[in-house]
Amino acid sequence: MAASDERDDAFHAIIDADGRIEPRDDMPDAYRRSLVRQMAQHAHSEIIGMQPEGNWISRAPSLRRKAILLAKVQDEAGHGLYLYAAAETLGVSRDELLERLHSGKQKYSSIFNYPTLTWADIGAIGWLVDGAAITNQVPLTRCSYGPYARAMVRICKEESFHQRQGFEALLALTRGTAAQRAMAQDALDRWWYPSLAMFGPPDTPSQERTATHTEQSMRWGIKRFTNDELRQKFVDMTAPQADVLGLRIPDDELRWNDERGHYDFSDPDFDELFRVISGDGPCNEQRMAHRVSAHADGAWVREAASAYAAKHATAQQEQVPA
Amino acid sequence: MSDEWPLWEVFVRARRGLSHVHVGSLHAPDAVMAVRNARDVYTRRGEGVSIWVVPSAAVTASSPDEKDAFFDPAADKVYRHPTFYEVPAEAKHL
Ligand SMILES: [Fe+2]
Ligand SMILES: [Fe+2]
Repeated sequence: MAASDERDDAFHAIIDADGRIEPRDDMPDAYRRSLVRQMAQHAHSEIIGMQPEGNWISRAPSLRRKAILLAKVQDEAGHGLYLYAAAETLGVSRDELLERLHSGKQKYSSIFNYPTLTWADIGAIGWLVDGAAITNQVPLTRCSYGPYARAMVRICKEESFHQRQGFEALLALTRGTAAQRAMAQDALDRWWYPSLAMFGPPDTPSQERTATHTEQSMRWGIKRFTNDELRQKFVDMTAPQADVLGLRIPDDELRWNDERGHYDFSDPDFDELFRVISGDGPCNEQRMAHRVSAHADGAWVREAASAYAAKHATAQQEQVPA
Repeated sequence: MSDEWPLWEVFVRARRGLSHVHVGSLHAPDAVMAVRNARDVYTRRGEGVSIWVVPSAAVTASSPDEKDAFFDPAADKVYRHPTFYEVPAEAKHL
């Protein structure tokens, strides 16, 4: 079909010139599908990600830490909303996206299926999990799909506070008592490899499971670096920070390699990653049950607001001050 | 059609003297709630001094894609730009 070829040509011309695709442009179905999947999973991760940290809001050790944690969790809700809105520009509805999450058709990041056992976990999440998220997300601000890239610009600005507050919370512990230092080390021990696993499966084709979407996503300008490249960036950034904290990253292989100009390190257990993604993590059931019941419990609020809006719609045009 | 809340486009004036700029969209049952939600979603760090919300359905756009012949008439009228005109270097402030 000449017409569809022509439309694809226009799309590829924009991609080749490193331009941005906007919602009403013609685009290949596979590009649209791939973007919807990636943005939806990203949005799901942001809102499910509120749970492990929300768990500690009522038990934060000071009013200062509590206000910070509330602000961070609220930001994550905001990130979810930016991303759902960006996904909706591709013609999928919010209800449909939530249904795909609740029915398990779409996944969220495996990291949020691990439990937050101590206060130090909140520091470790900010430092490592948000740190890994930043490593993943900064290149996405140059993603070929305009609404996704713009959402990522907002998100990245906010993530930097998330990472710094986590590092600071851990620093307070490492400068505290021996028990507090031990608590910080324990959190790092448990969160290190799950954080490395956030970058997904390895690139090397020798592995049985390879990064299936990476190649196509890179051709489309959605992804800019491979999983292993991003993992390496994260380790290079994080290892010196652990030294500042005086904590030991739980990896005997971790050392600076002068020749490569990078840290050598051991990979996470990718079998564990796939087990957790497919539903067999410590908290998968709990996270989904909580998400579904929160949505169901909020139904009356959504219905009441709709009923109120319908009642007043005919009465008068709402005046909004500019 | 689901019972989903309608979609609103959000515009924020960053500070006095600047125009409102589109920042994104959100769902809300009515205009008042859309403004409140927009404040929480898009101005948590003092990003604005004023918010507009517009029902997405009320936006009329120029053309289905953003690159077609609609804008072509402007393309060959280079004489609309000051750089089209050559004047002697000694003629200042032109
Ligand atoms: Fe986030
Ligand atoms: Fe974050």
